This record gives sequence, C-alpha cells and structure tokens, in this order.
Amino acid sequence: MTTKLTNAQIAWRAAQDIEDGAYVNLGIGFPEMVARYQPPGRQAIFHTENGILNFGKAPPEGKEDWDLINAGKKAVTLNPGASFFHHADSFAMVRGGHLDVAILGAYEVAETGDLANWSTGPKGVPAVGGAMDLVHGAKRVAVITDHVTKDGRPKLVRACSLPLTGVGCVTRVYTSLAVIDIVAQRFVVREKLAAISLDELQGLTGAGLVVEGTIADLVVPEL
Amino acid sequence: MDKTVAGLPEAVAGIEDGMVVMIGGFGGAGAPIELIHALIDRFRATGSPKNLTVINNNAGNGRIGIAAMIDEGMVAKMVCSFPRSSDPRAFTEKYLAGAIELELVPQGTLAERIRAGGAGIPAFYTPTTYGTDLAKGKPVAEFEGRNYVQERWLKADVALIKAELADPHGNLTYRKAARNFSPLMAMAARTTIVQAAKIVPAGEIEPEHVVTPGIFVDRVVEVRDAAQEEALIRAGVEYA
Repeated sequence: MTTKLTNAQIAWRAAQDIEDGAYVNLGIGFPEMVARYQPPGRQAIFHTENGILNFGKAPPEGKEDWDLINAGKKAVTLNPGASFFHHADSFAMVRGGHLDVAILGAYEVAETGDLANWSTGPKGVPAVGGAMDLVHGAKRVAVITDHVTKDGRPKLVRACSLPLTGVGCVTRVYTSLAVIDIVAQRFVVREKLAAISLDELQGLTGAGLVVEGTIADLVVPEL
Repeated sequence: MDKTVAGLPEAVAGIEDGMVVMIGGFGGAGAPIELIHALIDRFRATGSPKNLTVINNNAGNGRIGIAAMIDEGMVAKMVCSFPRSSDPRAFTEKYLAGAIELELVPQGTLAERIRAGGAGIPAFYTPTTYGTDLAKGKPVAEFEGRNYVQERWLKADVALIKAELADPHGNLTYRKAARNFSPLMAMAARTTIVQAAKIVPAGEIEPEHVVTPGIFVDRVVEVRDAAQEEALIRAGVEYA
C-alpha cells in the first residue's frame, strides 16, 4: 500500500471547500472531524438533526449538559447566534434544500452518485437514523472515506453491493488518496497524492477514472 | 381551564393494552423518564398496559425508560429510526428472539409522518428512501423530474412528553435540544400527557415564547428535578 492520508487529513481537505457562512451538516462519527479544520477567517454554521443550528465544540469533561447534544448523542456547546427547533423543522432544513453542504461517511460510493452508508447487510438490528434524509436536499453532498476497505477492496465502485442510502446523490468524494467529483455518472479525478500514479489509483478503484484537464496534487498539512 | 393533574399515576391513567404511544426524546434529551416509569409501575401492579406500539426516535438505552418497558414485556412493536444506543440490550435481545416488531423509519420521515398526523394530512411525498430497500411497496410519483416516495401519517392514542415550563392551559416550553420530536407528538396524539419541570400560572409564559400551544395538550403534571436519561445511564441506574 502506498502512502495515504490520515482521517484527520481527509477531514482537513474537505473542510477547505466549505465557504464562510455555509450551513453544514456533518454525519456522525468520522465526518464530525471536519469541524476542527475550518480555515482561519471562515465560520460555517453547523446543523444537527436533533434541532440545533450553530452548535460548537464539546464542553470540558464534567461540564456536559445532556439536553445539549448532537445527532451522535455527544455533548456540544452553543455558539452565539445558535437556535433550537423541533425535528420537523430540522428535516425541512435538510430536504428543503436549505443546507449548503452535507458531509457523510460511506461504505461504498458508485460512479452514478449512489451511496451505501447505513447497512452492511441483513444481519443484526437495522438502524438508519437520518442518513437517508441527509442525502437529499443539501446543495452539495460530499463523502469522506478511505479509498479502499480495511481488507483492500475498492469503496469507489461501478454499482454499490450494499443496501443503498440514496440514488445519484453524491457529488464529491474526498478519499485517503484523491479528490474525485461525480460528473455525468463518472468519477472525475481532480486531485491525487503525488506519491501515487494514476494507474495505481485506478487499480484501487472499482470503476473507471476520468481525467478532465490536469490533476492537481493533493497536498495537506501534517496533522 | 386547568389541565394539571396531581400526580404521575393520574397522569398516565387510561393508557390501555394495545395502544399506540408516542414518547418524546432523542436519546436521553427530552425522555419523560418519570411518566414512563409511572406506566411501568402500573404494569407491574396490574399487568396492564401491554402490547403497546411505541413511537420514539430510538428503542431505549440501558435498563431505564423505554428499555425498561421493553424488558418488562410491555412493548409489542417499536416504530423508530435508530434502535441502537450505548446499551441497546433490551431491544436487541427481544428483536433477535422475534419477540418485538420493528418498523424502521428514516428520522426525517418519522418526524414528518408525526407532523402530518397532527396536521390532518394523511399522506405526503418525500425524496427520502427513493431507490432504497425502505421504499419497497410504497407508491412512487414524479414531481418536476424527480422521484418521490409516498409516506403516510402517524397518529397515536397517547403522547408522553417532557417539557420545561407548562401552564394550566397546557402551553409549553422545552429545554434546549430536549425539544426534538415532542412538539410534533403533542399534535399527533389523541391524549397528550406532559411532565413539566415547573407549572406556572397562566400568563407567566410569554405568549411569544410558547412552543407548544395548549390546544395540543391534555394533562400536565409537575415533576421537579426530573431525571435526565443520559445522566442516569452514566450513573449506571436501572429501573428494576
């Protein structure tokens, strides 16, 4: 395996594309890291499904207020200008196209923009949460993910094999190796690590990669 | 106009076998623990209510609240979006044993179905679930070139809700993100039962600040220093 970005570096790269003042929903788990890496001078407003706009960092341990949590049920704080609202309003913000960006994790992303990120199959107790709602409505739905699974299989594929979260919904994928847009049902490589060749990247991807113009180097700081 | 009741047993009176019960809360925030435990007390004393359908975002945590209802065998079916938690044993064991039914509903669809139930809208179309396993068997229609899935309203016999302030008219405010599903459930249930941290005289809640107007509320009981579910879980409390 060639060199690759850490989760923090993937999150950092995704954060660079969030504009000042954008309304953003970060999926629970790994995507929450994106909030740490907002570029100086920019402030996004973060939305959580359970009814808060403009929440901030986690409180110090012992200072949690468990009525003030995010969708992952972690304690948060409020930034000046925060607001509370009920669940129907919260998902009106989602489906109604009011969020600028949603950044989600993935088990698989297809070149068609299909996303599988809620179920690994029929075993156990199924749980969907807000995943199927979040993929609809945000102006940009981006995914952050390792480029391949833990056992080395491609996560960017021609068609998802796992149960779908949504159809044709993902517009950009930030991986541990590259930044890839989904345009007209093709993976278009925008950036890749200089340390790997396009052939190597293609070898780790389960669908054809398209090049439009030049591919920029994917450059991130040590984190 | 006085919707206040004297105590928790009176508040949960009339909840019968087979009823559909909406319970407010998202994880521990907004969980009306004292109302739930009063219902469990009645079940332990009388064997009723049982065979309940419970509607909540989750399916209980630890050995308290909804999880304790499930442990007791009071719940025949859960309607929820995320039947997982830091300690999901109660639901998981019953579900894997085939002893409890699950209707899995995406969170936003759950909220909107409850809202629709309260607003007299029998069905609506949403982009959520289109093309997924959870849309199977549901009507699909195209609007402005996109496909949408038809979803139906959710109504309940009873809603159990935790509020911050209430007045005798049933006007309510909530505390922080403990609001979540509660204003919707208050609309969608035939009988809405509220535990409030404080009941204040009519007029003391600024009308501009009322979140749930009293028309949606039937009974109010004051529970001072109410337990917070997440705090109980972290303290290892069990309602056994």
